[in-house]
Amino acid sequence: MIELDGLTKRFGAKTAVDNLSFQVKPGLVTGFLGPNGAGKSTTMRMMLDLDNPTSGAVRIYGKRYRELREPLKHVGALLDAKAMHGGRSAYNNLLCLAQSNGIPQRRVAEVLDLVGLAPVARKKSKGFSLGMGQRLGIASALLGDPQILMFDEPVNGLDPEGILWIRNLMKGLAAEGRTIFVSSHLMSEMALTADHLIVIGQGRLLADTSMADFIHQNSRSFVRMRSPQLEQLKDVLHEAGIAPVGVPDGGALEIDGVGAEQLGELAARHRIVLHELSPQRASLEEAFMRMTADSVEYHAHAPGAPGAAIDNPARPADVPAWGAGFDAADSTRKGGR
Amino acid sequence: MIEAVGLTKRYGAKTAVDQLSFQVKPGHVTGFLGPNGSGKSTTMRMILGLDRPTSGHVTINGSPFRELPNAQRHVGALLDAKAVHGGRRARTHLLSIAQLSGIPEKRVDEVLAVVGLQDAARQRTKGFSLGMGQRLGIATALLGDPQVLLFDEPVNGLDPEGILWVRNLMRRLAAEGRTVFVSSHLMSEMALTADHLIVIGRGRLLADMGTQEFIAHNSAGFARVRAADTDPDGRDALGTALTRAGGRVLQEPDGALRVTGLELPRISDLAHAAGVRLWELSPHRASLEEAYMRMTQSAVEYTSTDDPRAELWEQDPLALPAWEDEQAAPEVPRAAFFAPPPPGAGGSPFLMPSHPGELASTAKDSPEDTR
Amino acid sequence: MAFSAVLTSEWTKIRTVASTSWTLATALLVTVAMGAGLCAVVNATFDTMPESQQIAFDPTQMSFSGMLFGQVAVLIFGAMVVGSEYSTGMIRSSLAAVPARGALLLGKLTVATALALVVGLATGFLSFFLGQALLGEHSTTLGEENVLRAVIGVGLYMALLAVFAMGVSMMLRNTAAAISILISFVLILPIVLSLVDATRKIAFYLPNQAGSAIMQTVSSPAVTSDAPYGPWGGLGIMVLWVAAAVLGGYLVLSRRDA
Repeated sequence: MIELDGLTKRFGAKTAVDNLSFQVKPGLVTGFLGPNGAGKSTTMRMMLDLDNPTSGAVRIYGKRYRELREPLKHVGALLDAKAMHGGRSAYNNLLCLAQSNGIPQRRVAEVLDLVGLAPVARKKSKGFSLGMGQRLGIASALLGDPQILMFDEPVNGLDPEGILWIRNLMKGLAAEGRTIFVSSHLMSEMALTADHLIVIGQGRLLADTSMADFIHQNSRSFVRMRSPQLEQLKDVLHEAGIAPVGVPDGGALEIDGVGAEQLGELAARHRIVLHELSPQRASLEEAFMRMTADSVEYHAHAPGAPGAAIDNPARPADVPAWGAGFDAADSTRKGGR
Repeated sequence: MIEAVGLTKRYGAKTAVDQLSFQVKPGHVTGFLGPNGSGKSTTMRMILGLDRPTSGHVTINGSPFRELPNAQRHVGALLDAKAVHGGRRARTHLLSIAQLSGIPEKRVDEVLAVVGLQDAARQRTKGFSLGMGQRLGIATALLGDPQVLLFDEPVNGLDPEGILWVRNLMRRLAAEGRTVFVSSHLMSEMALTADHLIVIGRGRLLADMGTQEFIAHNSAGFARVRAADTDPDGRDALGTALTRAGGRVLQEPDGALRVTGLELPRISDLAHAAGVRLWELSPHRASLEEAYMRMTQSAVEYTSTDDPRAELWEQDPLALPAWEDEQAAPEVPRAAFFAPPPPGAGGSPFLMPSHPGELASTAKDSPEDTR
Repeated sequence: MAFSAVLTSEWTKIRTVASTSWTLATALLVTVAMGAGLCAVVNATFDTMPESQQIAFDPTQMSFSGMLFGQVAVLIFGAMVVGSEYSTGMIRSSLAAVPARGALLLGKLTVATALALVVGLATGFLSFFLGQALLGEHSTTLGEENVLRAVIGVGLYMALLAVFAMGVSMMLRNTAAAISILISFVLILPIVLSLVDATRKIAFYLPNQAGSAIMQTVSSPAVTSDAPYGPWGGLGIMVLWVAAAVLGGYLVLSRRDA
């Protein structure tokens, strides 16, 4: 359990983190999202007492990070794959960290094996690729077998196999009851990994909510129906006062605002055979874009340039259009629950 | 159009790229996939004339890169965001490249605007974040308004807005009829961006086909079925009916059933016959990641003892336990911290094909998409 | 957190990087070899030296004359022990593992200083014996007055110089900047200050100028007649400098964001 209480960080006149309060709970993978410059890294650094807050505090199981005895046994963090001495071997980099926290030497070999670096354990980490450096950072986070794990952009530089591995690792660790806090810019990856989301923009909390609620509240969802008795289905829907919002291709209807459960019951009551009855969700990316629209740092603009239309964020073809629901987005903007 | 014919690169005894032949066609975003160490970067470097092939050749619009007159006008590439002199300002950097290729100065400001760096144009690139460096690299690639574009991990360091922007940029460039060749490790991102895929492993071509086709050939989709919650016996009745009809059924955590081996209309009929009202009946396509994992297994370099594929094997319909076992769907892997050595090493059901033709023929045996 | 764990960890850190062995080996070899060479030259040309110099001749200090260059390697050692933590980003891992800034700093200083002291003592004795062997009839022995103090003083001097370098790089958090400032402070500034009468006295109070008094056995009228301190007094002045550098380093480490 990590608790942030009014955490604030100012650099001169600029407020990087602004009165941030939230909890990261055990047993879940909590995703930490925000545009560049939102204050994610600063927040994570303050969690580890690397940066001093201007005001407010972070508590880990009720204590400040600095007050933890042998902190690596409580909190493991991957902040930056390059936070190792390149002139030292992977093994020795981990060994000196292990020794400072009274972690037995054999654990070093164990975690190197776990992340797949055993064959290069004695090589200097200077020659490591980004992906290998990332694996070394993950090994250092796992070193003390901690109950709390923090990962900043863990899949950076990993190949697809590594991405799948770290995702399953994080989910597995959460299933064991550990607290997993992970920041990433890859929405499609986060959608597969996180159970809970904390979203910040310009240093402030925008949302603290479950993944499903976040997507639900920030994007349009609908139910797709297919039936060999399409005309009858249309009539039944019309009688019930339900108007399909879209008819994408032959034989399918899209219905907004009515749950799949009710539609299923309705079809059963009128003995209509259904070949599809599927609730469709918009992507996390779409939901995130709508929530953070006004808090991004570098916008692409192309007035009059040849590629002018390029920056127009046209939606991916297979994702439903951004439509209704902006009102819902506003109501959650001030921080979920 | 990029065309590789018998492209081979050996470093001493090690063959990095082995007899690679493929075409990257205009009008498409072609994804270039492969595990670490599979030879992707070497191939990219040979396309751009940075490395010389041991044998074979690769051409861009019919000529090797080195023989292209004014290459900057034909080919734009983003290989490494940090390949910029740190002391220069962003605009000066682009201007120096533009002047080399006789590109007018106003194009520099245009591309800076396209990538959203107009406000940082006068900053020294030393202070750039990874994301800004990436945008500058993309600006460099676009500078000569080239017909052929190569991107290596273009979304590295970008934030969600930047990722969406790059994705749309690439699709837009392809829609303009340009040739767009992108390498990436992010399968979920590639699934949204690329319409064609070239997959290599250990330097050899594993697949060269459309993205949807690739997914359909290398993995099975499934159907999610949910009986009405108000009818507690319905789920069991449905499960039994589906199993009897030859479907393979797993339970999902929310009580829904995951069915493979039966078409959606057939499931609908079976439910109707069993008198079960349905609250959900939805087709699910396997992910590109899953398809990719099955194809490239045994071609990876650094493997964790905790093999990620363990999860995928469990989902393999052939290995599914029968419905009577009441096995829960492996939505969350219960694998402990130190999982035992994975099945990947020996006796794995999927073999790497030695040539793409073999893949296409084996694909016919795989279960059809439930749609 | 047990302080012994921090010491073990810091010992692993220092012994597993190449820069430790090459800087300390250079310090030892350069000091011994240059001292020996100069002793041999002086022995051959002693009779041609002016009488005043012959009277003031300090054979012990002569054998340590290689320290002029050897100390540069000691400074680089100290600067790299601290600076490389910052340049590689290791400092973030180190502070996450040992969040108590004082314990981390003390552990690092203890291990590095002990190592520098051992190498310094070895340098002192090796330089002394080799130098005296080459000085022939002009040589002295360990049993003479103040000689043992001067030889051990070499170890103390090198250890303190290493701590000074660590403190300065802790303040600057950058190896290259620390090395250039340290070298100008130790090698160039004393020469510049000595050029002008008005500033010459200030040069006496620079850390290495003051500290090197510990390595002399004879008060040389040509060099130190104006020095307002004895060998231990000089060392004391150096200790004050070192303490100030360490305090500054500690304040930077504990106050600034890592």
